[in-house]
Amino acid sequence: MAMLEVKGIRKTFGGQDVLKGIDFSLERGQVLAIIGASGSGKTTLLRCINQLEQATEGTVWVDGRVVLDANHPVAQTERERRENRLRLGFVFQAFHLFPQYTALQNVMLAPQLQAKQQPDYKKHKAERLEQLRREAQALLEQVGLGDRANCYPHQLSGGQQQRVAIARALAMKPDILCFDEPTSALDPELTGEVLKVIRALAEKQTTMVIVTHEMAFARDVADRVLFLDAGSVVEQGTPDAVLNHPKELRTRQFLARFRPEESKPSAEGMENWAF
Amino acid sequence: MFWTVTQALLEGFGTALELFGLTLLFSLPLGLGLAFCLRSQWAPLNHGGRWVGRRMARFRPVRGLVQLLVWVMRGTPLMLQLFVVYYGPGLLMDHNPWGRTRMLPCVLAFVINYACYFAVIFRGGMDSVPEGQREAGEVLGLSRTQIFFRITLLPMVKRIVPPMSNEIITLVKDTSLARVVAISELIRCGERFMKSDGLLWPLFYTGLFYLVFNGLLTLFFQWVERNLSYFKG
Repeated sequence: MAMLEVKGIRKTFGGQDVLKGIDFSLERGQVLAIIGASGSGKTTLLRCINQLEQATEGTVWVDGRVVLDANHPVAQTERERRENRLRLGFVFQAFHLFPQYTALQNVMLAPQLQAKQQPDYKKHKAERLEQLRREAQALLEQVGLGDRANCYPHQLSGGQQQRVAIARALAMKPDILCFDEPTSALDPELTGEVLKVIRALAEKQTTMVIVTHEMAFARDVADRVLFLDAGSVVEQGTPDAVLNHPKELRTRQFLARFRPEESKPSAEGMENWAF
Repeated sequence: MFWTVTQALLEGFGTALELFGLTLLFSLPLGLGLAFCLRSQWAPLNHGGRWVGRRMARFRPVRGLVQLLVWVMRGTPLMLQLFVVYYGPGLLMDHNPWGRTRMLPCVLAFVINYACYFAVIFRGGMDSVPEGQREAGEVLGLSRTQIFFRITLLPMVKRIVPPMSNEIITLVKDTSLARVVAISELIRCGERFMKSDGLLWPLFYTGLFYLVFNGLLTLFFQWVERNLSYFKG
């Protein structure tokens, strides 16, 4: 059974089909890159899978369990819905760190609230908090920000903020980590440090879905690439098949527009973070 | 004479403070509740727009009702509302349900009036916290209550401090309206000396009480702002 199975996701908005029935699946430990032009529906697809937007139709399974069934939305209680969506982590394009909390508190908040609901929380409160703090600190170190734990978001650069956001998503130990254009709000210099973190996660066999415009990165890190156009999957397969030998005319057109861009800055950036 | 006046005014100031405190105590939470109503998306007639027209689908009864309330309470003078709350029930029921207490109807009128103003300020504050903050809480599995108290509340408070300080300072001065239902608030106490002793200065003296108290409030709001300046956004 695939780790992530998406079937028949349709999204209608204002009488218009934004997504026209998307199917794909992803094996455990694989990385899927979703590419496509602006307005092709990639972000909407990711948001529908994460229930940030209501899909009109479709079903999502994570590890064999239904986490979203748009055809029978009432079948889940609010509590189940919250538990199910925790199987997916989400990293936003604009980070969305909580400004009133330090980096460490941002990472700790959700695990702490979750721990509070355990029956014996009050009894072991001090040690439990200390343990959560250590775990959060370890996550910040994993993204290379161990020394910035006590900084507030506005004291961090965009790249650092995005790395905190990744640590925050990892703190809930999701089965699958979703990225919505994680580097689109960053300048090329800061893009590298975020991609490096994602690459490290890929090496640790983290299952990930990444909506991205970084073609070089997709080719390099993804196990599968899905090309979306006007709400439909045009082509999907290995990066080599989709990016180097695209079958469809639409894919070739899209990639042709990208080629001059990616050959310069991204290739340079790659040398910095390729081992 | 100065002492007598000061003492009388202090008493009136105490009454004004009581009205001020009670109004804040109840209108702040009520205003928050109304603010949630103003943001309510509940539309019972909207079934995916399949069998009702667009207009009906957009019918949101909770929001509509509170919008109506806010319109009436902000659209009419507080003085008139005081009269209505104080005399209205007596006129309708042929006996005065308030009995001898004057403070209760007065506080009631103030609370409803100020809750409406606060509701609009709170709603504006909530709207100004980016949607992404709530979404970030959602994908981390937080409940709606947790999202409000842990994520939205503090940035919201930070944003509404200036308009809230305006409104609260206005409330201090509005307590002088309580005289229309014969409550001996500050100005009424000062005015008495004009009638009984022909003295004008006690009336001006009341201004000093308002000024000093509002000065303290201003310092308090500055302190709050300073304490929330550690984060941006």
